[in-house]
Amino acid sequence: MSPLNGYLLLSALLFSIGLAGALTRRNAILVLIGIELMLNAANLNFIAFWRYGPNPAALTGIMFTIFSITIAAAEAAVGLGIILAVYRHTRSTDLDQMSSMKG
Amino acid sequence: MNLIFFILATLTIVGTAAAMSLRSAIHCILALTIGLVGLAALYLLLGAQFVGFTQILVYVGAVAILAVFAIMMTQGASAPTQPILSSSWLTGVSVAVAVFAVLAWAIHASASTQTAQPQPEVSVNQIGAALMHRFGLPLEIMGLLLTAALIGAVILAMPEKKETL
Repeated sequence: MSPLNGYLLLSALLFSIGLAGALTRRNAILVLIGIELMLNAANLNFIAFWRYGPNPAALTGIMFTIFSITIAAAEAAVGLGIILAVYRHTRSTDLDQMSSMKG
Repeated sequence: MNLIFFILATLTIVGTAAAMSLRSAIHCILALTIGLVGLAALYLLLGAQFVGFTQILVYVGAVAILAVFAIMMTQGASAPTQPILSSSWLTGVSVAVAVFAVLAWAIHASASTQTAQPQPEVSVNQIGAALMHRFGLPLEIMGLLLTAALIGAVILAMPEKKETL
């Protein structure tokens, strides 16, 4: 197994862990963390392909990862803000209890 | 494929798996920071120093602290009494396992004609020059996005009326 395949497998496993967490947890904050883990798996793929790709001097993988981390940070801030706003209505972060469209 | 990669990969997988399976939300965030530090070390191993340190600064320094603040402002540090998995957890786990199986099969089936390459040298100088010249427009759009996200998060988290407090 080549090094690139090892990193890709690790990234696939990380993505699956994040997906499983986002789909199964009841706590809305941990669902958001699961989505962040999926974004991190994509970042690891970008860096691995940049390192083992044909043209590392172009820096595209690194640039994509930097922008992706920035977007993930903005997403986390807005997502946690939404969770706080929902918590103020329902007094709960339990996703199984958020079954109505109207607050 | 050396020993360091396996140690860091194990650290990352164990940390993130614990973050998605522990009972108390605070323990989950602590396990998450361990996993993210392992991931940052993997970036360093791949030769992307700037991305590795950005990962530590943004994820371990900001996102984890933000999540801890959100947990403290909602349910507190107490472990939940009701089950932590949603009612449809079996479907979720099946979907995740199926996705991993497809990805692993695709990786395994793809041709790996890799030759050993020298570690690319990237200085912060080069990254800064690329951000200022070739990626100037995306950088400015990113600044706009961050400003919008900052204002949006503050407006969302602000109490709507005094009576609702």
